[in-house]
Amino acid sequence: MRFAVSVLVVLGIASIIGTVLKQNEPYTNYIVQFGQFWFEFFEFIGLYDVYHSAWFLVILIFLVLSTSLCIYRNSPIMLRELRAFRENVKEASLRSFSHQHEYHAPYSTEETQSRLAQFLTVHSFRFRTVEQEDGSRLFAAKAGSYQRLGYILTHAAIVMICIGGLIDGNVPLKLQELLGYTKIETRDIAEKAVPPESRLSPSNLSFRANMTLPEGAGANAAFMRVRDGYLVQELPFSIALKTFRIQHYDTGQPKSFESDIMIIDPEVKDPITATIKVNHPLIYKGIAIYQSDFGDGGSRLDFKVWNIFGSHADAIPFDGNIFNKYTVSGGDSPLSVELMDFRLFNILNLSVDGKGKPRNVGPNVTFKVRDAQGQAHEYVNYLNPLLLDGRRYFMSGVRAMQQDTYRYLRIPADEDDNIEGYMNFRAAMFDQSLYPEIVRRVSKVALSGHGDVDADMRSKFEASLMQLLQAFSQGGFGKVAEMIDAAVPEAQRAGAAQAYLKVVTSAAFEAYAISRERAGLPPATMNEALQPFVEDSLHAMSDTFHYGAPLYLQPVGFDHRQSSGLQLTRSPGKTLVYSGSVLLVLGIFSMLYIRERRIWLLVKPDTHRVLFAMTANRKNRDFDIEFSTYREKLARLLENQHL
Amino acid sequence: MKIAYMDDIPAPLLKRLSLQDWLYALLLLVGAVFAFQQYGSFMDGYEVGFLFGAVALFSWLGWQWKPMRPLLLAITLISLFSIYLYNGEQASVNQVFLLKYLISSQSAVMWMNVLFVLAMLTYWLALFSRSIFAGKVASSLVWSAVVMGFVGLMVRWYESYLIAPDVGHIPISNLYEVFILFCLITALAYLYYEGRYATKQLGGFVLLVINAAVGFILWYTFDRQAYEIQPLVPALQSYWMKIHVPANFIGYGTFSLAAMVGAAYLLADRGILASRLPSLEILDDLMYKAISVGFAFFTIATILGAMWAAEAWGGYWSWDPKETWALIVWLNYAAWLHLRLVKGLRGPILAWWALVGLIVTTFAFLGVNMFLSGLHSYGEL
Repeated sequence: MRFAVSVLVVLGIASIIGTVLKQNEPYTNYIVQFGQFWFEFFEFIGLYDVYHSAWFLVILIFLVLSTSLCIYRNSPIMLRELRAFRENVKEASLRSFSHQHEYHAPYSTEETQSRLAQFLTVHSFRFRTVEQEDGSRLFAAKAGSYQRLGYILTHAAIVMICIGGLIDGNVPLKLQELLGYTKIETRDIAEKAVPPESRLSPSNLSFRANMTLPEGAGANAAFMRVRDGYLVQELPFSIALKTFRIQHYDTGQPKSFESDIMIIDPEVKDPITATIKVNHPLIYKGIAIYQSDFGDGGSRLDFKVWNIFGSHADAIPFDGNIFNKYTVSGGDSPLSVELMDFRLFNILNLSVDGKGKPRNVGPNVTFKVRDAQGQAHEYVNYLNPLLLDGRRYFMSGVRAMQQDTYRYLRIPADEDDNIEGYMNFRAAMFDQSLYPEIVRRVSKVALSGHGDVDADMRSKFEASLMQLLQAFSQGGFGKVAEMIDAAVPEAQRAGAAQAYLKVVTSAAFEAYAISRERAGLPPATMNEALQPFVEDSLHAMSDTFHYGAPLYLQPVGFDHRQSSGLQLTRSPGKTLVYSGSVLLVLGIFSMLYIRERRIWLLVKPDTHRVLFAMTANRKNRDFDIEFSTYREKLARLLENQHL
Repeated sequence: MKIAYMDDIPAPLLKRLSLQDWLYALLLLVGAVFAFQQYGSFMDGYEVGFLFGAVALFSWLGWQWKPMRPLLLAITLISLFSIYLYNGEQASVNQVFLLKYLISSQSAVMWMNVLFVLAMLTYWLALFSRSIFAGKVASSLVWSAVVMGFVGLMVRWYESYLIAPDVGHIPISNLYEVFILFCLITALAYLYYEGRYATKQLGGFVLLVINAAVGFILWYTFDRQAYEIQPLVPALQSYWMKIHVPANFIGYGTFSLAAMVGAAYLLADRGILASRLPSLEILDDLMYKAISVGFAFFTIATILGAMWAAEAWGGYWSWDPKETWALIVWLNYAAWLHLRLVKGLRGPILAWWALVGLIVTTFAFLGVNMFLSGLHSYGEL
């Protein structure tokens, strides 16, 4: 008993550890978190999967054994108590009870006894009467004996639940591993290439495994993740995914995830079709098939590849499928592009204060760009421009490390909601051959009001403007700032920066005008959208120097192919666990709400006295109240008076 | 039996029922049949079971605890009146005076909050001034708060269907909604014991924990706009939610109640307020009763949760942080009951333990959502 309680305490503490330390993460995350030394120590004591570690299972087994032992030892006593009336009790011991009273009954012995019998019966007490040696008669009564069953039921329930859990947990697997039959596979290889010692046969007693099926594909094996590797669980049938559907509410949130699947069973002639969705699994041959997650199944994406530093405004088309690797030229050296994920729906909250409603902003694609040195950045590009602060931008998130948050490049959309306006503009801004023309136009406008400007002043202004444009085309505003730092004394820098910014902006307006002329567009109308468009463009151009890649992959079209994540479980212990649960509830209710009470009434014919004694195995307030009620009732019954 | 010697033979329940009891049950049944006729085609077998199961459950509750009958009647009438005022238009909330200021779901919940605050102040006044009248006023305030709170939930239920038929769902699906449920269940449990033990002195204590929840609701409303009705994520679209969540909150509510009684016990044990509070024996007994009810329902809730998990997550037990903490809460109160019942432990230790139990329970209820991630992410803060 004491042992069982200690075991439970250890179990509780271990469970808490398991909730605080995130379980079953990739091992690299743990190494980052704890460092090599502690990582190995924690791995040794199995903290990354506490609930399946050997010592946790051993504790559970001990709990089962010790509880079983308890039942074995105590049940006979409990059952004896349940049946016993305790009619052998002696008068002396009754008089020592804390709850007792003595009456003087004026009636005949038969009358008294009949009244007592009736009293006990209407209060639902069962009783036996025993003739004592001195001629007196003892009523030994009891009620609520089934409280004792509660003990047996709850303890049996714990044993049943634990055994069921151990069967469905990975005890069988643990044993196989211990005996060397099974070895965890840690290499990232194709399912067919996994060696036999890492494969579990279809007859495996219990398992919980996952499979990911792209639309139109099928498989007859699932993966079971174990620690830092996996095992392959072979299935007695194969599953094919016909289609996967997500339905959405009007607000854009997902409403249902459904997979239309087909089961091809070698023992059955026709394939079985079914639709599974969250909360509605399919159970086939004792294996439950759940809708567990979803993802991309290798969608085909169409891109326009823009050289974001180039002086020409045309894009190269490129298409590829998610999960594939491509080489894309366009920058200085070829780049490797790994398409990682495509998401059709993205629910974002883009309101200024964050208090607006989240809504669907359309598809995005995640990919990695790796340069010749192997340096990679991860990008997420949205297909449609997003509305931010009342203006529309093509967004591209970039990060160097998985754990970083994305920084966003915001490319303003032009008046036709396209990216071309910006790209033309950018080409003009980065085109050295246009600078003389830009400079000429700017200086003409800027100095037109000053008729007396001499040629020297003009050429000085034009030279520094040229320098400024070159600096901007080499490193954006950062380079311009460096230039200011080098040329201007510190005290005047703030003022100079203002002036330089103004000049760059007016140059940009001219570059934009030229870019429209080159594209054969009419001159831009001066409206309130133009100023922000030019400024946003300048910022975007400046930010491209920190973008990490010389290319902008603009997704323009897609052919969506989804995949569905299925979970497959076989849990024969479930019935045992559920039956145990029913017993547990019954047991708890009988322990808490059935109160065992015993009453003895000793009728002495010679003195006309009746001794009333009462006890309960749990003395509490209810018992005290009940005792005084009975004492009063018996007084009325036997003495016809109130106490 | 020849002669009845006794004038006070305890009659079986069915014979003790009055005409009102039968009328009450009949009313419930008529309501259920009406609902079934109107909406039966939208219900699955389980939901029809729940509908008529509710008739049986609430009949029995009303028979056992008579104040349940007028309570249910008041909730029904006001809710129906509110629904009538809506007239099938969501916009009515801001147009109809009574809705805007009294019985739209949001206003009703706000009234519940206000009434709970007033009730707590009145209970403390009653305790310090030993005023029986103030105590009665406080009780009525709690009753009114409960009525308004349930009206708020009922109307919210209706309102969710006004947004869109596929959005409609029982309002126990996120933290905001279950906090209201928590306040109501704790208050109802308290009112039951208030009547049962004929004592109004504990109201101030129990209302403390309810008002902590009220504070949370207010913060959540004004800072996070949590009152907005959100559609259900696929994992929550299950009939299990209708029984798993209430059962859990009967557990949470009564555990909190027990903790507050435990606090009162500890004060009285040190002689603080001892002359104003009920006797230690009564406090101890009340604490035990509350934990018993809570434990029984928490067990059921956890089992129901496991069965739901087996349908939604692919296994009845996944060692998800919420599941694990439910187990820890369960073990905690199992040990409490075990030591009290089997070892006969009594006194301040149990009161301290009940109080600490509240911390464990709060962590399982709130802390897991705040600090740990897992499958139960519906109530994320």
